[in-house]
Parts: sequence; C-alpha cells; structure tokens
Amino acid sequence: MADDFIIEMLNITKEFPGIKANDNVTLQLRRGEIHVLLGENGAGKSTLMSILFGLYQPTSGTIRMNGKEVHINDPNDANDLNIGMVHQHFKLVECFSVLDNIILGVEPAKGLFLEKKEARDRVMALSDKYGLKVDPDALISDITVGMQQRTEILKMLYRDNDVLIFDEPTAVLTPQESGELLKIMKNFAREGKSILFITHKLNEIMEIADRCTILRKGKCIGTVDIRNTTKEALSRMMVGRDVSFSVEKKPAQSGEIVLKVEHMTVPGKVHGKYAVRDLSFQVRHGEIVCIAGVDGNGQSELVQALTGLEKISAGKVIFAGKDITNASIRKKSGAGMSHIPEDRHKHGLVLDYTLEQNMVLQRYREPEFQKAGFVRKRAVRAYSDRLIGLYDVRSGQGSSTIVRSMSGGNQQKAVIAREIDKDPELLVAVQPTRGLDIGAIEHIHSQLVAQRDSGKAVLLVSLEMDEVMDVSDRILVMYEGELVGQFDPGHVTVDELGLYMAGAKRDAVREEY
Amino acid sequence: MNEKAKDAVVSVAASLMCVAIGLSVGFMILCCINSENAPDGFFRILQGGFYLKPKGIGSEITQAAPLIMTGLSVAFAFQTGLFNIGVAGQYTVSVFGALYSAIILGLPWYLCLLTAMLCGAIWGAIPGIFKAYLNVNEVITSIMFNWMGLYLVNELLYTGFGGAMYDQRTTRTYKLSGVAPQALIPDAGLNSVFKTSSTTIAIFIAIVIAVVMSVILDQTTFGYELKACGFNRDAARYAGMSEKRNMVLSMMIAGALAGTGAGLYFLSGASEWNPQVATALPVIGFNGIPVALLAMSNPVGIIFSAIFVAHISVGGAYLPTKYFQPEIADLIVAVIIYLCAFTALFKGAMQHLVEKRNAGKEGRPE
Amino acid sequence: MILLIKYTLLYAVVLLLVALGGMFSERSGVINIALEGIMTIGGLSGIFALVLLGGTAAAPVRVLLAVLASVVTGMIYSLLLAYSAINLKADQTIGGTALNMLATAVAIVSVKAYNNLSPAGTGAASTKLVYDNAPFIYRIGSVTINIFLIFAIIILVCSSLFLFRTKWGLRLRACGENPQAADAVGVNVYRWRYVGVLISGALGGLGGLAYMVPSVSTWNFEVGVSGAGFLALAVMIFGQWKPYRIAGAAVFFAMFRSLANIADSTALVNLGWSKNIYNMMPFLASMILLAFTSGNSRAPKAEGIPYDKGAR
Repeated sequence: MADDFIIEMLNITKEFPGIKANDNVTLQLRRGEIHVLLGENGAGKSTLMSILFGLYQPTSGTIRMNGKEVHINDPNDANDLNIGMVHQHFKLVECFSVLDNIILGVEPAKGLFLEKKEARDRVMALSDKYGLKVDPDALISDITVGMQQRTEILKMLYRDNDVLIFDEPTAVLTPQESGELLKIMKNFAREGKSILFITHKLNEIMEIADRCTILRKGKCIGTVDIRNTTKEALSRMMVGRDVSFSVEKKPAQSGEIVLKVEHMTVPGKVHGKYAVRDLSFQVRHGEIVCIAGVDGNGQSELVQALTGLEKISAGKVIFAGKDITNASIRKKSGAGMSHIPEDRHKHGLVLDYTLEQNMVLQRYREPEFQKAGFVRKRAVRAYSDRLIGLYDVRSGQGSSTIVRSMSGGNQQKAVIAREIDKDPELLVAVQPTRGLDIGAIEHIHSQLVAQRDSGKAVLLVSLEMDEVMDVSDRILVMYEGELVGQFDPGHVTVDELGLYMAGAKRDAVREEY
Repeated sequence: MNEKAKDAVVSVAASLMCVAIGLSVGFMILCCINSENAPDGFFRILQGGFYLKPKGIGSEITQAAPLIMTGLSVAFAFQTGLFNIGVAGQYTVSVFGALYSAIILGLPWYLCLLTAMLCGAIWGAIPGIFKAYLNVNEVITSIMFNWMGLYLVNELLYTGFGGAMYDQRTTRTYKLSGVAPQALIPDAGLNSVFKTSSTTIAIFIAIVIAVVMSVILDQTTFGYELKACGFNRDAARYAGMSEKRNMVLSMMIAGALAGTGAGLYFLSGASEWNPQVATALPVIGFNGIPVALLAMSNPVGIIFSAIFVAHISVGGAYLPTKYFQPEIADLIVAVIIYLCAFTALFKGAMQHLVEKRNAGKEGRPE
Repeated sequence: MILLIKYTLLYAVVLLLVALGGMFSERSGVINIALEGIMTIGGLSGIFALVLLGGTAAAPVRVLLAVLASVVTGMIYSLLLAYSAINLKADQTIGGTALNMLATAVAIVSVKAYNNLSPAGTGAASTKLVYDNAPFIYRIGSVTINIFLIFAIIILVCSSLFLFRTKWGLRLRACGENPQAADAVGVNVYRWRYVGVLISGALGGLGGLAYMVPSVSTWNFEVGVSGAGFLALAVMIFGQWKPYRIAGAAVFFAMFRSLANIADSTALVNLGWSKNIYNMMPFLASMILLAFTSGNSRAPKAEGIPYDKGAR
C-alpha cells in the first residue's frame, strides 16, 4: 500500500522568464488518498498543478503515472490519463448551459450532429449519486457560484477521472458549503479516486487530508503525515517562521458617527433585481467595521455605490455630517473618503503608468502637483519617493517604474500607501489582502489597525473568515443585498457567522447597524 | 533616463525593420511585374522627391503636411485608448468646410483653416459620443461616418449652393488661386524656391501643432487625464475623472487634427476635389495609420514618419507608368501597416527582456 | 416592386454571405474588419478566372472555377489576418485595416498590370475588367435570379446547423466566449480560431464575387467594394451573431441599398434626391439601428482578445 503511487511528479523545475516558479519539487500521490498541497500565494502550487494538467511543460523533471513515465503536453493528454481539475477561477463558458459545459471537448454525436440525451441522463445519474445538484439546462451566467463549482466537479466525473485536482475550492463557499464539499471529496477518496487538494486553510487540512506536501517560494519543504502533525507545525513549514494567528490590537475607542447609510438601494445588473436593498448602518471614528459575506451578495455594489462608482436609486448617505448620496467620486474623495478597491488591476492602478503617476491618481489637480494645467513633475517625484520610503514599496526603478512590472504585493502596497496617506476620515478597504502572502497580510492588517487607533474610521469588506474575526471591531453580515446580522467578533463563532452568510439565519433588520 | 533612451532605440529599430521589410516586398512586386526595369523603378521610389529636384522636394513637403496631421490624429486617439479609423471621413468633411468658407464665404486662409478644423472636430466627436453614451464601438461608427461623410460632401460640392463650387470644365471644384486667392495659405517664397505652386508654410504649421500635441500629452494634467482614460477607463473613473467626457474630447481633438490636415492640403491649392469620381475615401486618411504606428504614436516622431510616407508616395508617382503603377507605393504602405502590427510585438518582446532583468533585481513578480 | 425585390435579393445575398463569414470569425474570437478587403481580393480573383477563361470553357465550368477561385483566394488572404491575430497576437483591428488597404492596392496594381500586357484589355492603365456574367444568371418568369442566391440559402441553413447542432460549432463558439475554458477541456483554441477566420475568408471571397458579377459586366477596381464589407459587419452586429437574424438584417439593409437603383424608375424620382443621398441610406440606417440596439449586444465575450496560452 505504502508504495502504491498513482501519480509521481519527480524533481520538477519550472522556470518562467526571470523566476523559478518550481524548483526541484517532488510530489507523490497515493491511490485513494487526499493529498494537500500547501503553500502561500506565489509558492508555486498552481504552477505545479498546471504542469500536471498539461497547461505548462516543466523545464526539467519527470512525471510518472502508475510507475510509468508519461508526457502531458496539453489538457487532452491529462484527460486521456483521467486527470481532472477544478480550477480556482472556473473554466466555464458563461452563455452555455450546464450540460453543454460538461460535454464540451467530449461531445457525444450521432452522425454529424450532437446527441445530448444520453449525456444528460449520465449527468443526472452522477448528480444524484454524489448529491451534486445542478440544473442541466440553466445557463452558467444565471446560476450560483456553488452550482458552477458542482458543474466543474461533474465535468471531471463525466470524464471518469481518477485523479481529481481541486484548486482552492472552498475560497468561494460559505463555511457550511465548504463542509459539504469536504464530505463529497471524502466520498470520492473512499471510492478509490485520488485527490490533490490545494489550500492554505489549515483547519480543512486537519479535517480531511491524509498527507500534505508543503511548498515555499517554489521549493519543496517536505511531505508530512497529517496524523503526526499540528496546525502550528504546518504553518511554520509554510511560512518559514512562527506566525501569530491573531492581530495584536487594543480595544476600540469608538467616537462620533462618521458615516451613516440610510435605506440604501442599488439596482442590480439584471433588470428588476436589486444588488443592494434597503441597507442601513453606521460607522464611527475609531472602529473597524467589517462587512462579511459570500462573494456576490452585494458587497461590491455597496462599496461602489458608497464611493460613487455606481448610482444609488433610493436612500441616503451622510458622510461627516453632509449628505453625499449621489455626489461625484471626486467630491467624495475630497471630503475625506479613501477607497482601496477590490480589484487593484481594474480600478486601483493604471498599470501602464509609472509608480509616481499612480501615486497622484486622484490628487494630480491639487496645486501641489500642477501649475496652470502643467504637471509639476518634480513635486510628483518628491511625493512619490516619500510614500515609497514610508510604506516600503519595492520596485525596479523606484518612482519611474512602470507599475505593470511590479509584484502584486508591492502594487497593493502602493495603492494602500496612496489611500492612507490622504489621511482619510473613512477608509473603505475591499479585500485588501487578496492574493498576498502572509508577511504582507500582517503588514496591511497592522496598518488598518493603526488607522483606527489614530481615530479614523475603517470599513472593511472581506471574504476571509480569519480576517473578519481578527481585524474587525464589529461584523455586519450581508446576504443577497441585505444586512442580516450584526456581531461582536469576541462573541460569535465562525459557524454561527456561516449560517448567516448562507441565508439560513437572519435577525430582524435594525436601524442601528 | 538610460531606460528611456534604450526604449527609444528599440522603437526606432523596430520601425526601421518594418520599413525595410515593406520596401523589400515592394521590390519583389516590381520584379514580378517587370523584372528588367525593377531596379530602376525601385531606385525612383527610394529617391522619392529627390528624383525631380527641386519640384519633387516641394511636392513632398506639400504631401507631408497633411500626413503629419492625419498621423497625429490617429496617434492622439491611440494614446487615449481609441482607434480613429474615421480620419478619412473627418478629412473629407473638412475639405468641404475649407472650400465652402473659401469659395462661398470668401474668408481669409486662417479662418478657412479654422472652419476645416471645426468640421473635423464635429465629425470626430460623433463616434466619440456613440462610444461614450451608447456603447457602440468607435471603429464601426467611424467607418459608417466615413462613407456618410463622403457621399454628403460629394453631394454638397457637386450640386450644393447652386453648383457654385463645381467647375464644369475641369470636373472638379474651382481652383482656389482663381476664385479665392485670399484663402490660399501664404508660401513665404517656398514656391519659388522649389518651382512649385503649392508649397506653403503648411508644413511649419503642422510641425508646430505636432510639438504642441507632444507638450499637451506629456506635460499637462489634461494629457495625464486623457492618457489615464485610454490606459484604463475603470481606474480613471475610480480616480474621479469623467471618462465619458474625456472620450468625446479625445475623438473631437483627433477629428480636429484630421480636419486641419485637410485644410492645410486644400488651402495650399495642392488639389481640387472631384465629387464625380471620388467614390473611394481619400487614401491620405488611412495613411495616417502607418504614420502613427511607425512613430509609435510619438508626436515628434510623426514628423519624420510622415515625411517618409510622403517620400514613398511621391516616389511612386515618378514610377515609369509604362511598366509600373503608382499604386505600388500604396501597396508598400499597406504592407508596412500590416508589419507594424508585428513590430509592436517585437518591441514588446524587447521590453519584456528589459523588464525581466529589473524584475530579477526586485525579486519575484506575481 | 419587382425591381425592388430583384435588387434587394441581389444585395441581400452579398450581405448575408459576408456577414455569415464575419459571424464565424467573431464567434471564434477574431474580429474580422478585413472583410472589405477579402471581398475585393475574392472578387478580383474570381473575375480574373472569368476573364482568363474567356469563352473557352462551358458555362458551368466557368461558374465553378470562378467561384472556386474567389473562395480559395479569400481563404488564403484571410490567412494573413489569422496569422497576425492568432499566432502573433497583434491588434486585430489594425491588421484588418492593413489588409483592407492592401487589397485595394493589390487589385489596382494587378488589374493595371494585366491591362498593360493584354491586348484584349480595355487599354493601358485602366482599372476596369470586362467579363461575361451571363452564366451566373437564370430567369424564372419575370424574375432574374443569380446562382449566388442558391449558394446563400444553402450556406445559411448549413451555418445554423453547424454552429448550434454539431460538436464543431460548440467548440468554435466556446473559443470565442471563453478560450481558457475551451483550452482546459482540450479544445485547440488556435486551431478553431483558424477555422473561424478561414470560413470567413471563404464566404467573404464568395461574397465579393457575388457583389461584382451578377449586377454588371464591367468592374472598376479603384473603388474596391465601396463599403459593402463594412455594411456586412453592421448586418452581423444587428443580426446579433445569429444566422437567421443575420439573414433578416441582410434583407432589411439590402432594401435600403436598392432604393438607389430603383429611384429613377419609380415614384421616388419625384423626391429629386440624388444618388449620393441614396448611397448614404444604408450607412445611416445602420448607425441609427446600432445606436438603439447596442445596449443589449450579445457579442462573443472574447472577441478581439488574442489568446495567450502561456498567460497566467
């Protein structure tokens, strides 16, 4: 049993221009086990899996299946070897039906034309067998993230895959949904399927995994048996040092109300639906209020409406005593509202501009940076240099670096430096730590807390339960565009929050959120 | 600074490669048509205006002025994230504007030029409005308005105003030197230097405008804002800029530049419009594309790339028509545009190499 | 009225063929703005085939060879777009524009060169070719129809079946909507994009021939196809990238286009509008329609975006 490996990736090295994503990594997957691949963002997990799935070719190293060397040149080869993968970002065609997505690439046909009936029956049978509920005729764009994920899993089952790769599958799910998924994965393992599970959530690993291989900065740190290890040991291997699991902070000293949202309603993308409905809450000076919830429950729209990127169709926003309901973005920003956007590439940065040009993205019109319509380049440079030093933003050529060439962590640091240095009354931060490694996360969390301690207000939107629990002073849970509960992080459990996030539980709507 | 210099070298190298390949394709075509006379024909293209000194040089200068403007028009739109394929239409409508204010209104040349500029701005603003407020791609709108502008102008110049602008004898619009000499751009003695009739200070006006555009794009908050909108609409909006207004403004300015080009050419008396046969859009409108691409949308670079394209076109005109067709010059230019699409890539690869080295210094990119 | 139907059909066939071509290309993810140029080149080669064959071959052979020439040339020409857009990941709009300009230049140069050489041509430096279009035209009662109408109907039905009922159609559409998803299930995105562009080349070339041959027996290549390829793009957008809707849109646009031809012989002559005004009509109509319909555009999501396999 001990040597019954179905997949062996031996001494894999993968170089991208300028970077070794995988450096002599070895991973051995036993038949019927759940094997976790653990590592920080950028440790090379996804690269390694993409190599196994045929999306990349390794620079050196070999892959063996059942002891025999194989060459996986493209996803077709992976399919032929019965390797399937649920990608972190689902690979689904939005305007196709669930069924069409499942059969794409292995279409059943009679003569020239598609023959879908048989395929539908098989999909439904698989769906029943594993409790993967889907509507085969619904379009992907109309179904929930959970059902999209079930579609991805059915894609693998439909292809009779034996090796199933799950790339951070629980990131988009509520705690309860995650629990169900883990159960289904256990079922697969019991049936003899072998599972590679990519995650950085230690609790999940302790719950279902058999073994765990840890990657750090592209290197393989080791493979351990889960029965003989602890969470602390795993995290030390992952990060390379001891990690404090909680953020150090003093109790909040909340003061005056700085933001008051009353009955805010925002229309949704789909006609007749509301993205945000009749929402009321307040944020005070000196506190961090966190909006928790599963992705896509109106958090993004709430923030966009608050900051002016989207129109509010009903309700009021009072900020620092003034009604700014539908004021322009520039006005809101001028009044002391800073916004660390959800997607730094889409909203936060002009990637083809230099770092210094990005540092004055909202402030280029201030007299400090322009004179009679001409940019005062020296002043911009001096300002940018100061921020870079203050917030430790690292880049190739300092202020004149094109932002596109910077690492994600440093791009995010630049956005945060810019937004915090405006010394805002209210800092709206949406998933400020997304995609960053643990060191950077700690740094950003301490900055949010520092902002609070200096008496400013912070509104944090987060999908990460750890972040929600550790950083916030007050938690508001959002479900389908409404606030369904308010909590003190000291007096609530993750499971309890999960019930609210999934819509299974809700409190009566109260004014004083 | 070293960085910038390196970047400039890469750009120029890429453009020169493009030109070299385009020219060799031209040579091959000459060989296909008549291999015996091909070297001679090719040499004439290379010589351009210098084949017939000084007249040829004069006409090359005349051709270059509007090309600088149409090139600037395309480049300005590029820098602000738009593709202005509507230069031909803006140019055509401005031809009408220039001739109308010259022949019918009898305005002096600078006012005629202004009218041309305004006409181009209006015709350019329309696709901008369609894009910003109705979400119709500017490429398709521009193309439709090219054709509409063409038919409209043909109609107006042929029968409009009782046919007052159309000369039955030449089947073209009236020569400005005859009916509206006040509308001719001053030549400051250039005509006598080059022994031509239409070499004017237009070229200097074009060069000055190119320099002004360069300053606007690089040094002002207005340029900063327009370019930010071009690179990333969402980020511009996030930063509080009005990206829709900027989009319309960009297209308007691009149109005005194209219109000025038409004014500079027709008000120099270099040509008259033929509303009967001109069923195809003016080639000069599309030649702005290679001019902009070869210069990598750099306004000052455009001065040189425009002169180069004018050089080739004039050279094409000196091909011995017994063996060759002057349109071979257009063909070479078209091949160059096709190749330009590649050189942007070639340049990207070179830059990637540079970036990679920097990334290596910094650590690990995402 | 019969005249209106005749001209409407004439133009509708052209717009339909070319717009269907554009649809295949865009459904696979490549914006084909070069349709105008592909039409010119396809028509040019078809007509050259006719001219060179002269009266030597039987009528059906001439038709077949001319059609084959235009289709094959259109495909070869579209390869230039495919190569730059798919392999080199260059800007598709710029590449397409270059091909449009190149097409007109090539047509003029080659026709002039031919006329210079040939004693049968219409004289030196002319950009016109004269040919016999009789084999393409059939009379049924008082209506004359051309062979391209039959092609168009067959191709329309086949296009719809191909796109929505076969696995190839499913794969092609997936490449235009989400190439990453297609790639992950083993669909070769590059190959299907080539297929899409090549089909558009074939139909564009055929459409070019259909535009030139049935209506007149002399073509002046100086004007290329005077915007017909761009109108076809508008037809495709208005038809929402769906075959039968494209057919409807093509008929609608063709009606506008044919007003110019029937103006002189009908009550329209009383309006006293010139040809220029009528020529503007279809472009104006397309703009107005696009302005009102753009809000709910169903363009393929990934069109115009080069697919980079290595991008993470």
